[in-house]
Amino acid sequence: MAQDDHSGAELAAADSSHAAHDTAVSPGTAVITADSFENPGFPPHRPRVTDENPKREKRAQRTVYTLFYLSILGSVWAIAAYMLFPMESNDVGAVRLNNMFFGLGATLALLAIGFGVVHWGKAIMADVELVDERHPIGGSPETQAAAVKVFADADRESGFTRRAAIRNSLIGALLVFPLPAIVLFRGFAPQDQMPVELLSHTMWKKGTRLALDPSGVPIKAADVTIGSAFHVIPEGLQDLEHGKLEEKAKAAVLLMRLEPSELNPAPGKENWAYEGIVAYSKICTHVGCPVALYEQHTHHLLCPCHQSQFDVANNCEVIFGPAARPLPQLAIEVDDEGYLVAQHDFTEPVGPSFWERN
Amino acid sequence: MTTAPSATAPQKRSFTSAASVYVNERTSIAGFVKELGRKAFPDHWSFLLGEVALFSFVVVLISGTFLTFFFQASMVEVHYDGSYVPLKGVEMSVAMASTLDISFDIRGGLFVRQMHHWAALLFVAAIGLHMLRIFFTGAFRKPRELNWVIGFILFILAMAEGFTGYSLPDDLLSGNGLRIIDGMVKGIPLIGTWTSFLLFGGEFPGTQIVGRLYTLHILLLPALVVALVALHLVFVVVHKHTQYAGPGKTQQNAVGPPILPIYAAKAGGFFFIVFGVLALIASMFTINPIWNYGPYDPSPVSAGTQPDWYIGFADGALRLIPPGWEFVWLDRTWSFNILVPLIVIGIFIVTVLIYPFIEAWVKGDKREHHIADRPRNAPTRTAIGAAGVTFYAGLWAAASSDILATHFSLTMEGVIHALQAVVILGPFVAYFITKRVCIALQKKDREIVLHGYESGRIVKLPGGEFIEVHQPLDEYDRWKLVSYESYAPLMIRPNARGKITVGQRLRASFSRWFFEDRIAPVSKGELESGHDTHH
Repeated sequence: MAQDDHSGAELAAADSSHAAHDTAVSPGTAVITADSFENPGFPPHRPRVTDENPKREKRAQRTVYTLFYLSILGSVWAIAAYMLFPMESNDVGAVRLNNMFFGLGATLALLAIGFGVVHWGKAIMADVELVDERHPIGGSPETQAAAVKVFADADRESGFTRRAAIRNSLIGALLVFPLPAIVLFRGFAPQDQMPVELLSHTMWKKGTRLALDPSGVPIKAADVTIGSAFHVIPEGLQDLEHGKLEEKAKAAVLLMRLEPSELNPAPGKENWAYEGIVAYSKICTHVGCPVALYEQHTHHLLCPCHQSQFDVANNCEVIFGPAARPLPQLAIEVDDEGYLVAQHDFTEPVGPSFWERN
Repeated sequence: MTTAPSATAPQKRSFTSAASVYVNERTSIAGFVKELGRKAFPDHWSFLLGEVALFSFVVVLISGTFLTFFFQASMVEVHYDGSYVPLKGVEMSVAMASTLDISFDIRGGLFVRQMHHWAALLFVAAIGLHMLRIFFTGAFRKPRELNWVIGFILFILAMAEGFTGYSLPDDLLSGNGLRIIDGMVKGIPLIGTWTSFLLFGGEFPGTQIVGRLYTLHILLLPALVVALVALHLVFVVVHKHTQYAGPGKTQQNAVGPPILPIYAAKAGGFFFIVFGVLALIASMFTINPIWNYGPYDPSPVSAGTQPDWYIGFADGALRLIPPGWEFVWLDRTWSFNILVPLIVIGIFIVTVLIYPFIEAWVKGDKREHHIADRPRNAPTRTAIGAAGVTFYAGLWAAASSDILATHFSLTMEGVIHALQAVVILGPFVAYFITKRVCIALQKKDREIVLHGYESGRIVKLPGGEFIEVHQPLDEYDRWKLVSYESYAPLMIRPNARGKITVGQRLRASFSRWFFEDRIAPVSKGELESGHDTHH
C-alpha cells in the first residue's frame, strides 16, 4: 500500500468520524459516542496476479496491444465501408448497409481503444493507491479574514455602504435597464396581429364547401354513408399561398354520419346537422392534438395524445380524459349542387383553452 | 511500495521534455500538474455514472457539430427531391428535407444522426442515475449542496436540449410535440396566450419555431451546459471526490489511485467505451425514423405516439387529470387540467432541488461530509428517495397509458385509474416498505457485527445439540458496518429569550420523522459484552 507522507500518523490519530479541525463545528443532532470503534487503518495490500506471475503480465501486455491493432483495423474497415457501401441506388437497403458497416468499423475502433486502455490501467500500470489529506473547504481563518478585509477595504474606498443615495439609484437603474430588452420581444410575432383575434376565427364561413383532407375534393352529402367518417378541410385551403398550416391547425374537421335518431342535439343546434351528418372540430380542446380516432359503433372520438374521449352522439361532450370542453361543432347544410357547406364559422374558438377565452 | 519510478535526469533533452518546458514557460502549467497530477481519486463503479453523462455529452457535441453542417433550420416549404422514394414530391419544410438528406443522401449521415439521438437519450438517463447515486449515498451533504443544485439544473437543461433537438426535424411526431407545448403554454393564466403567440412568431405552427429552437439548441443551451459542466467539475476538484466507508478511509483523507496515470487511463478508456457503445447502438438500431412519420401536418396523427423517454413524466402528468378541470371565472379561462400538472411537477422539481438544504436544516450538522452513506444507514432519506422515484415512475408510465392498454388488453380507463392510484398512493407504499427494509438491513448488520456471520459449519455439541458456528468479522469488514453516522431526534429547548419558536417546533417534528426509529451503530462496549453473554 502506497501512501503519501501524511498518511501513517494521520490514520492512527483519526477517529471514526471527523477531523480535529472540525471539532469547533456543530455536529447538530449527530450522536457521537466515546465508545465507537477505531479505524483499523488500511488492510494489507493484495498483489494482482499480473504482479506475481510474469506470464500473466506478458499476456496482459499482448492483450492490450492486440486491442490497439484491432482498433486500427476497425478504423480502416470503417473507411473501406464508406466506399464499399455507397448510397446511390435510391434504395433504403443501401443506406442500412452503409450505416451498419461504417458504424461497426467505428465501433470496433472505439471499443478496442477503450478496453485496451482500461485493461492497461487495471492490469499493468503500477497498482498504486494514494492518500490525500483533505483541508477544510472554507480555507484557513487567515485567508477568510483577508477576504473579509478586501471587501471592507473596497466598501470603504468606494463608499458603497456610506453613500446610500448613489448606491440606491444605481440599484434602481440596474433594475430598470433590462426593460427595453423585454419590450423588444414584442417583435417575435407580427406587430399588426393580436393573438386573441386570430384564435377566435377560422377559414370557415357561410357557404364554404367541406372538402376531403388532403386532396381538397368537395364532399357531396350523398357520398357520406351511415357509419362513415371523413377527415375534412375547407375547400380552398390547399390553394392558399401562405398560412396553410396555420389555417389547417384551426379549420380541420371530422365529418361523421350517424342515424339521425341517435343524435341528441343541444338546444339551438337542432339544424346544425344534415340528415345525421355532423361536423366537429378535429382539434382537441385539451392541448390541441388532432382527435383522429373514431370508434364507429360507440360513436366515440379518441385523442391519441392524451386519451380524451368525446361522445359524438351527445355534442362531442367529454366522457373521459383530461379535456374539459366538448369539441366545437361546425354547423353544416347542403348547397343546391348537393355539396356539404358550412352555415357559418365556428361560434367559439377551436382548440386548446386560453386565458382570454370565455 | 510507494516507489514511483524516479525521473531519471535526461542527459540529452528529449522532444517531450523540451516541449513541456516550452509550454510551461508560457503557461505556468507545471504548478497545475504538480497540484492535480497525483491527486488520489476514489474509485467505485457507481462513480462512473457521472462519467457516462459527461462522455455521452461529449459525443452529443461531436456528432451534433457534424449535423449542423448539413441541417437547415428553415420552415420554408419545398417539394422533397431526395433519394427516399416514398416521399418524393411531398411538400415539407426545408428542415425536414435536410434531415432526410442527412439520413439518405450523406454517407454516414444516418449513423451520426442516430448516434446524436442515442447519445442524447443516454445523456439524460446517465444524469438521472448519477443523481440517484448522489441522493441515496448522501453525497449532496456539506460541502456539496451547491454542486447538487448545479447538477440538477444540468438535468433540466439536458431535457431542454433534448426537447429542442427532438423538435427540429419538423416531422409529424415532433410537430405534435410542439402542438402539445403550445396547448400547455396557452393554458397558463395571464401570459399564456401571448407567450405562445410570441414563441411561435404568430399563430401555431408558424414559420419561426424551428429556427428559434435551433438557436436555443446549438447556441444558448449548449453554452449553459458547457459552462455548468465546467463549474460542476471544478467543484469536484475543490471538494475532492467522496468515498465509501472502508478501513483506512476517514473524513480527512481521499484514498484512491492517482489521477496520472491510473485514473486517467481508466476514465480515458471509459470515454472510448461509452463512445463505442453509442456507435454500436447507432449502427444497429434505428431511432426516430422521421421518414415513416412524414412532414408535420396539424391534421393527421398516428396512434401510440410517444415522446422521448425523459419527457414522458410531463406527458404522463397531463394524461392523469380527470375530466372537467377547467372553468371560466372572472370572465377568464382557468385551465387546471394544464395548471395542476405544471404546479405538481414544479413542486416536485423544487423539492428535489432544495432537498440537501432541508436535510441540513433538520440535522443541524455543520461538519463536512466526505464519506458516502450506505443507503440503509439513512433510512428516512432512502425511503423519501424511493417515494420520489415511485411518483416519477407513475407519471412516466402514464405517458404510455394507451400502449399499456392495447398491449395488455386493458381498458384505457382502468389503466389511467390504476396509474392515478400509483402516483398518489404509490409513494406512501414505497416509503414505508423502503424504510422497513432499511431498518431491517441495519439490524442485520448489527447482528453480524455482534455475533459474526454464518460460517455454514454445523457442530454437534456433547449434549447432542446442533449449532452453526458463527465466525466473527475481521476488523476491516467490521469497520464498514459500524462506521456510519447516526442522528438522534432534536430535543426542543427554549431559546435565549425563553421561547420555543415555531421554526424550532417544525424542525423538531421533522427531526422526529427522520430519526425517531434510528438504529445505532454497534459500539465497542456492546461487542465486548455481546461476546460475553453469547459464549
